[in-house]
Amino acid sequence: MDLVFWIPALVAIVATLLAVTNYNPVHGLLYLIVSLLAVALIFFRLGAPFAGILEVIVYAGAIVVLFVFVVMMLNLGDAVVEQEKRWLKPRVWAGPAVLCGVLIVELWRVVWPAGATHPLSDAVIDAPHVGVALFGPYLLAVELASMMLLAALVAAFHLGRHD
Amino acid sequence: MSALFTPQVIAALIAMVKAIVILLGVVILAAMLIWVERRLLGVWQDRYGPNRVGPFGLGQVVADMIKIFFKEDWMPPFVDKPTFVIAPMVAMTTMMLGFVLVPVTPTWGVAPHLNVGILLFFALAGLAVYAVMLGGLSSNSKYALLGGLRSAAQMLSYEVFMGVAAMGVVMCTGSFTLADIVDAQKGCWFIVPQFLGFCTFSLAAIATTHRHPFDLPEAEQELAAGYHTEYSGMKFGMFFVAEYVGVVLVSALLTTLYFGGWRGPFVDQLPWLAFPYFFVKTSIFIMLFILLRGALPRPRYDQVMDGGWKFCLPLALLNLLGTGAYLLWKQGG
Repeated sequence: MDLVFWIPALVAIVATLLAVTNYNPVHGLLYLIVSLLAVALIFFRLGAPFAGILEVIVYAGAIVVLFVFVVMMLNLGDAVVEQEKRWLKPRVWAGPAVLCGVLIVELWRVVWPAGATHPLSDAVIDAPHVGVALFGPYLLAVELASMMLLAALVAAFHLGRHD
Repeated sequence: MSALFTPQVIAALIAMVKAIVILLGVVILAAMLIWVERRLLGVWQDRYGPNRVGPFGLGQVVADMIKIFFKEDWMPPFVDKPTFVIAPMVAMTTMMLGFVLVPVTPTWGVAPHLNVGILLFFALAGLAVYAVMLGGLSSNSKYALLGGLRSAAQMLSYEVFMGVAAMGVVMCTGSFTLADIVDAQKGCWFIVPQFLGFCTFSLAAIATTHRHPFDLPEAEQELAAGYHTEYSGMKFGMFFVAEYVGVVLVSALLTTLYFGGWRGPFVDQLPWLAFPYFFVKTSIFIMLFILLRGALPRPRYDQVMDGGWKFCLPLALLNLLGTGAYLLWKQGG
């Protein structure tokens, strides 16, 4: 039993479920943050501290901040809670949940074929390893991603210009 | 008994005691800042400041603490209770956790050898924003909401160039670890090769603590008290302490990253000098922050964002490029 792995794993699952089922958007986002922090902890346990801390900085520290920012701008009230309650009827979520359950069983079988074990390795993947991988074998992917981000930047600049 | 006190257990206990001493030291220092700030502002503005309670008015700290502990902790009926309670906790926890990184002396520090090092500070600074945003959002009051909104926009504009600015130091050192960064400054403090980085990082550091001139989220003249308008009693006190702890934290980080940390003349011969050096350097930065508050006007909301994206970010990128080029040239690549 590796508690440093299992406890955050459990927290991540529970927090994600609560993030989905919560009626209040802000509380849902808070659970999402908890879930992201738990996943960061799992990264740390798997020997990837750089990925773990980036998970906190980028996802919890920047992207969810934007989500909360938008929720603040929309100034949602009780009407949204009522709307969420109407949406979260079993008739709505039962079908997708069953299909996702099938996929989870499939994933379980793939990751965990009968009798096989995946012991946690203690090898540490630090920032230099990540950098060498990104600018070595994955250089093309990095360049493509940066070009896509540049396109987004130009589009945002175009939309946001004063005239 | 001898089985219980193995060397590992004793080492762990000593580390815990050190961590608690550092925590208490930081909290006491932050509490003292209540007096230091008002007194210094008073002196600089040609008035006395608090000078009635105890010697030099030092009892003001105790008096303020007694007052805030016994104030009624009133929660307005219209707030969103869970988030309203969590917000001050987030503020205080994130700022205090930052001290885990700081190497106070060569032997004192909670985890100065942490491999993600300075990145943890960025993570904590990113999470600290939730305190202000949730405080503003849960209060259900227009002033608080405006404060929270401003805080989010401000944070998005300074966080990027803060990271880029500090990467110059990381490139020079070749490590995120703060203990290594201090070691790398043995010959020359990073303020010399990383001057542009220092300028931009210190601006972002002030913005992290929501101190003047970046106190837009709590601008008293326009927003009542901004995001903590609806807070009272110790919950307000926690926001307040978090702000001062933040000031101490970023001063200690600026000292560590750019001014050699505990390094100074003769520190290798006389190791006891390490703490005084660190303390004096950190205090100078704290006083500089207070002087800035007394001296500068507050920029407008859009001016802060413009300054962040159009001035500080290019400067930090320039610093990054220059550092990279220099390091490559030195390697003979």
